[in-house]
Amino acid sequence: MCGIVGLLVKTPALREKLGELMVPMLIGMTERGPDSAGLAVFGNPLAGNERKISVYSGLTEDGADFNWLGLGHALKEHLGVQVSVEPKGNHAILSFDVAPAIVKRWIAEHHPKLHILSTGRSIDLYKDIGTPAEVAARYGFAGLTGSHLVGHTRMATESAVTPDRAHPFTAGEDFCLVHNGSLSNPNGIRRMLEPRGIRFETDNDTEAACRFLEWRLREGDDLETALQKGFEELDGFFTFLMGTPDKLALIRDPFACKPAVVAETDDYVAIASEFRSLAHLPGINHANVFEPAPEEMYVWNA
Amino acid sequence: MERLTFDLATTPLRELNTFLHNDAKAGKTSHVTVLNPDGAHNIAVGLDCPIAVDVVGHAGYYAGGMNKSATVTITGSAGTGVGENMMSGKVHVKGFASNGAGASAHGGLLVIEGDAGLRCGISLKGGDIVVGGSVGSFSAFMAQAGRMVICGDAGDALGDSLYEAVLYVKGSVKSLGADAQYEPMSEADIAAVASLLDQAGLDHDPKSFKRIASKRSLYHWNADANQEY
Repeated sequence: MCGIVGLLVKTPALREKLGELMVPMLIGMTERGPDSAGLAVFGNPLAGNERKISVYSGLTEDGADFNWLGLGHALKEHLGVQVSVEPKGNHAILSFDVAPAIVKRWIAEHHPKLHILSTGRSIDLYKDIGTPAEVAARYGFAGLTGSHLVGHTRMATESAVTPDRAHPFTAGEDFCLVHNGSLSNPNGIRRMLEPRGIRFETDNDTEAACRFLEWRLREGDDLETALQKGFEELDGFFTFLMGTPDKLALIRDPFACKPAVVAETDDYVAIASEFRSLAHLPGINHANVFEPAPEEMYVWNA
Repeated sequence: MERLTFDLATTPLRELNTFLHNDAKAGKTSHVTVLNPDGAHNIAVGLDCPIAVDVVGHAGYYAGGMNKSATVTITGSAGTGVGENMMSGKVHVKGFASNGAGASAHGGLLVIEGDAGLRCGISLKGGDIVVGGSVGSFSAFMAQAGRMVICGDAGDALGDSLYEAVLYVKGSVKSLGADAQYEPMSEADIAAVASLLDQAGLDHDPKSFKRIASKRSLYHWNADANQEY
């Protein structure tokens, strides 16, 4: 079991309240996912060549005391890259204007226990073990702003309870996916992708779905085409919620084995595994509440 | 008799259910209103007396489950397993219902005014279900006894491995399941549909429904079937 939440605000004024509206949604899914939590938030994209990465230090010896500013200085010294660093305990967002592969390679060589959570122009990603309330407090989720976000609470069934196996998963740039369910052919997907140079970081089944769909997008599929190929190739139980810089997308397996409810108003689209995570939202009594159908694509534009 | 209100925004669900199981059964009230259900699970489950419970809003999983004698009305939607294993009485959902609505109900009437999700009436054992909208795939799977009236459409594999339950569908059926077949509507069928629609408060022409029942070819193991059904 796991919990999924998603929120996309249509009214620009609500962007400032994105995190505040979402935290009760995430905490509402604690019974479905008490062991880990995470979210990806999409905001205004960085300009031109600028990129940012979300980095997790909880697996290093220093943990939340990791010297993030020192890392910024070291990157400048060794790569000549101007890096801006926003630390939050065991998490930091590093922004720079070179190809992210250069920065990530240097980090992998010099700090192999640092875990890169996301890469892109719009996405910031946080995930860790702990209850949703603990993780939300750890990173100040209530203060997050942006146009849309994708969140997850985890009750692990397919791989161990570790920060890197928490959701959301990311692949490539500005793409993330959360999953409620279990895939039956993740290793087949993996064996198909690895010879194409796609590298996996965990043994988690959701990572296979995430990397498969991002691969299709990188090969030129639009989101709908990629999702259609997902229906054809990914076997098992799933409700997937995905985020890109300008879209939220939701699909459910043909048996609708895992739940999802959507509430839409003029101001927002909110998605959760169960209605109890939507009950607090403003204007919910007049929202269009519906259950998304199995094997259908639901795509909302930010 | 006093009409009581429980506001789940301020009262624990367990207090409501304990009241319904004990005090209500002892005759303390005949009508309870539940406010701010907010998708909580197990609202008004296991009732065992002829009380009316109105749930104002959206209910979570198993609302009205195992119901006996009571009338549970939900003004919003219901989550997975609404009215599952009902024995008697009535569970009425004004909105839509999620998967497994009325699963294995032995008796009573489940009314869903909106759509029902997948596996509605799975393993039905004698209860009646009336759905004002459409039902999802695998509905009435292995349904043994009872009746289902579907005013909208049905998804894939309707009535798969059906036993003696009878299904009535007004709209289109994406596909019938193994061993389910269309049969002519008799006068008794039309009367049954008219009665169920009347009890559900829905207005449809009973003659516009099609009857689906079991071919009974799966009743006995056939070693020569070569697994081709």
